[in-house]
Amino acid sequence: MPTLRHTAASASASATWAALAFIAGAVLAAATGLIFLAPGGSAWSGTFTDPYVWRVARFTLWQAALSALLSILFAMPVAHALARRARFTGRTWLIRLLSLPLALPQLVAVMGILSLWGRHGWLARAAHFTGLPGLPGIYGLTGILLAHVFFNMPLAARILTAALERIPGEYWRLAAQLAMPRAAIWRHIAWPAMARVIPGAALLIFMLCATSFTVVLILGGGPAATTLEVAIYQALRFDFDPPRAMALSLLQVLVTTAVFFILRRFTRAPDVTASLEAPHAHPAGNDPAARLADTFWIGLAAIFTAAPLAAIAAAGLTPDLVPLLASPALHGALLASLILAAAAAALTLILSWALLQSLRLRDPSFAAMGDLAASLILVIPPVVLGAGWFIILHRAGQEATLAPVLVATINALMSLPFAWRILRPPFEEAQARYGRLCAALDITGLARLRLVDWPMLRRPLGLAAALSLALSIGDLGAIALFGSESFRTLPWLLYQKLGSYRTDEAAGLALILLVFILALMALAEALGGQSRRNTP
Amino acid sequence: MSGLDVRLKDAAFRFEDMRMHFDVLFPAGSLSAVMGPSGAGKSTLLNLIAGFEQPQSGKVLIGGEDMTTLAPARRPVSMIFQDNNLFAHLDVLTNTGLGLSPTGRLDGAQREQVRAALARTGLAGLERRKPAELSGGQRQRVAIARALLRDRPVMLLDEPFAALGPALRAEMLDLVAEIHASRGFTVIMVTHQPDDARAIAQRAVFIHDGQVRAAAPVSEFFAQAGTVPQLAAYLGQ
Repeated sequence: MPTLRHTAASASASATWAALAFIAGAVLAAATGLIFLAPGGSAWSGTFTDPYVWRVARFTLWQAALSALLSILFAMPVAHALARRARFTGRTWLIRLLSLPLALPQLVAVMGILSLWGRHGWLARAAHFTGLPGLPGIYGLTGILLAHVFFNMPLAARILTAALERIPGEYWRLAAQLAMPRAAIWRHIAWPAMARVIPGAALLIFMLCATSFTVVLILGGGPAATTLEVAIYQALRFDFDPPRAMALSLLQVLVTTAVFFILRRFTRAPDVTASLEAPHAHPAGNDPAARLADTFWIGLAAIFTAAPLAAIAAAGLTPDLVPLLASPALHGALLASLILAAAAAALTLILSWALLQSLRLRDPSFAAMGDLAASLILVIPPVVLGAGWFIILHRAGQEATLAPVLVATINALMSLPFAWRILRPPFEEAQARYGRLCAALDITGLARLRLVDWPMLRRPLGLAAALSLALSIGDLGAIALFGSESFRTLPWLLYQKLGSYRTDEAAGLALILLVFILALMALAEALGGQSRRNTP
Repeated sequence: MSGLDVRLKDAAFRFEDMRMHFDVLFPAGSLSAVMGPSGAGKSTLLNLIAGFEQPQSGKVLIGGEDMTTLAPARRPVSMIFQDNNLFAHLDVLTNTGLGLSPTGRLDGAQREQVRAALARTGLAGLERRKPAELSGGQRQRVAIARALLRDRPVMLLDEPFAALGPALRAEMLDLVAEIHASRGFTVIMVTHQPDDARAIAQRAVFIHDGQVRAAAPVSEFFAQAGTVPQLAAYLGQ
C-alpha cells in the first residue's frame, strides 16, 4: 500500500517544514528589521568606517582568542592529571564540579567572580586584612578573561581528558615496560592525543567567547573593553542608533559564520583506536614528583571552579535575604521567569521534535537542513536576532505586547542546538530499530508516538526540557533588550540591582538562581543517567 | 643471554568478582603455550609476570629472584600485545628504537642496531613507514624486533597473531620459534589454537576459571583431556 506510507512520510515532511518556516521566519524578520528599517533615513554606510565599530570588532576577536588560549593552557595539565589518576576519592565529584560552569547562567557565575575577586570581594578583604597589596581591578579585560576561563577551562579539561582516555591501555603499559621518562611519555603519548582535539576545542571556546554577552556586559570596562554583542545592545538601548546596531550585527554574524563552518570541519568523528584492554591506572605516573604535580593541578582546578560558587553562597546568605524573599518584586520576577522558561522549554521540544521528523525521510539534504536550522542560533546570536526584532517592535510601537513572546522564542532557539544534540542519537536509534517494523505494520502518528517513540525517548526529552528550562531561567541576553519596569525576569531584576549598587540583594538573587539551576541540573543528571543505563 | 625460569608461587589476584590463583613454573629457556577459554585469566597471568598487575598475595619469581613488587621496566621481561604495540604516529624506526632508548632519540650506532633487528624480522626498507601503512603481520614483526633489541630473557606474547590468516600465522610462529632457538629466551605465548602449541611449543598450560588445571610437555598435555574434563570441553572433545 504505497499511499499509506506516503501519508506518513508527508506528515513527517510537513512537521519539519513548519518548524523550518518558523525558524526562518524569525530570522528573516530580524534581518528585515536590521537591514530595511534600521537606516531610518541616515546613511549607514558611514558606520562601517566608524573606528569605534572596528575597535569593538578587534577587541571581540582578541579577548576570544586569549580566552581560548588561557583555557586550553590551564586545562592541559589538569586533564593530564585527571587521566593519569583514574581512581581517587572524590574523582566523580570533581568531574561533576567541572561540568557545572557550562550549565551555570553567566550572570550567576559573574556574580560569583565579583564576590570573590571584586573590589569588595573575599580576596580583596583577605588582602586588606593581611596587609598585602590589593588585586588589580576586576573590570575590563582581566575580569572578562577570568570569567571566560572559569567557564571554558572545565570544558577544555573534559574534552582533553576524554582524548587521553581514548589512548589504548597498551600504550601506558609499553611506556612502563620501556621505562620511558616523563618527557618522552608526554611527547609520544599524551601530547599527540591532546594535539588532535586542541584545534576543535580552541575554536569552540573561541566561538563561545566571541558571542558571550553577560560576562562582557557586567565585567567589561566601558568602550575600551566591549564586544560586538554588548555594543549592539548599547547601540539600541542607550543610544538608539539602529544603523550602528546593524553594522555591528553584520560583523558579528560574519565572525560567527566563519568560525561555525571552520568548527564543523574540525568536529569529524574522533579517531578511536580500538583497544581490547579495559582502561587501567597508568603505571607510568607513580613517582612522587608526578603525584605531587597531579595533586597540585587537580586541587587548583577544584578551587578555581568551586570558590566563586562558594562566594555566591557566602555573599547571598545575609540577613537581607529574608526581606528579599518576601518582596513582591521578587515574586513577580520569579513568576515571569518560570512562565517564560516553561514556554521556551515547550517550544524547544516542539521545534526539535518537528525537526527530528526530517530524519524519517531518509533524505540526506532534508536532514542536513534540519541540522542547520537547529544550530542557526549559533550563527545568528540571540542579541542579533533580538536587535532586528527590537527595531521592528519599536517602529510598530508594540514593545510591551510582544516582548514576552519574543524573549520566550529567542530562549527556545538558544536551547535548540543542545536539545537537538541530546535527542538526535536516541531518535535515530529508535528509527533504525523499529522504522521498518512500523512501516510494515503501519504504525504511524500518535500510535507510533505512544508505542515506540515515547518509551524510547521520554528520558532524553526530560533531559532536554530540564536543560532548556535552566538555560532560559538564567538568560540575560534576550531580556536585556526587551525588559522594562513592567516586564521583569529574575536575571533582569538582578541586573537592575547590580546597576543600582545594591550588591547584597543582587548576591541574594544570584543565590536563588543558583539553587534553581542546581535543582534542574540534579534532575537532568538523574534523567541522563537513567537514559544511559536504558540504552544498551 | 639465555632464559630465566618464571615461577608464580601461590599468586592470588582478584579483579571485581573474579578470583584467580596461580601456582605454576615455566622452566628457563622453554617455549610454553598458555590456553584456556576467554576470561579464564590468561592475560592476567601475563600481566602478573610483566608487572602490570600485582598479586594480592603470593609471589612472582623470575630467575629465582622475587619480583612481586618490582616496576615493569625493571623486570627482565618483554611483552607483545595483541594490538596497539606501536605508537600510531611514530614511524617503524622510532617505534623499534624505543627498545634501546626510551626517549626515542637514537645515535648512529643505535640506528644500525635497529636496522639490523628490522632486517632480522623481515622488515628491511620499511623504516620510515607509519604503523597504518603496515599489514597486521608486519606490525607484530616490528614489536618482535623491538623485543629482540631489548634482549630481555623472558618474552611474553598475548595472542599476538589472533588476527592473522593461517599462512601469515604460520610464518610468525616460525619467527618466534627461530628467535627462541637462537636467543634461548623463556617464551610464554597465550593462544587459542591447539595447533600453535603443537607446531612450536615444548610445554602447554591450561587455565580455567583463574586456575592452572593442566601443565605438561606438549607430548603429554593433550592426553590429559581424559582426566581434566574442562580441558576436554575446551578442546571440543
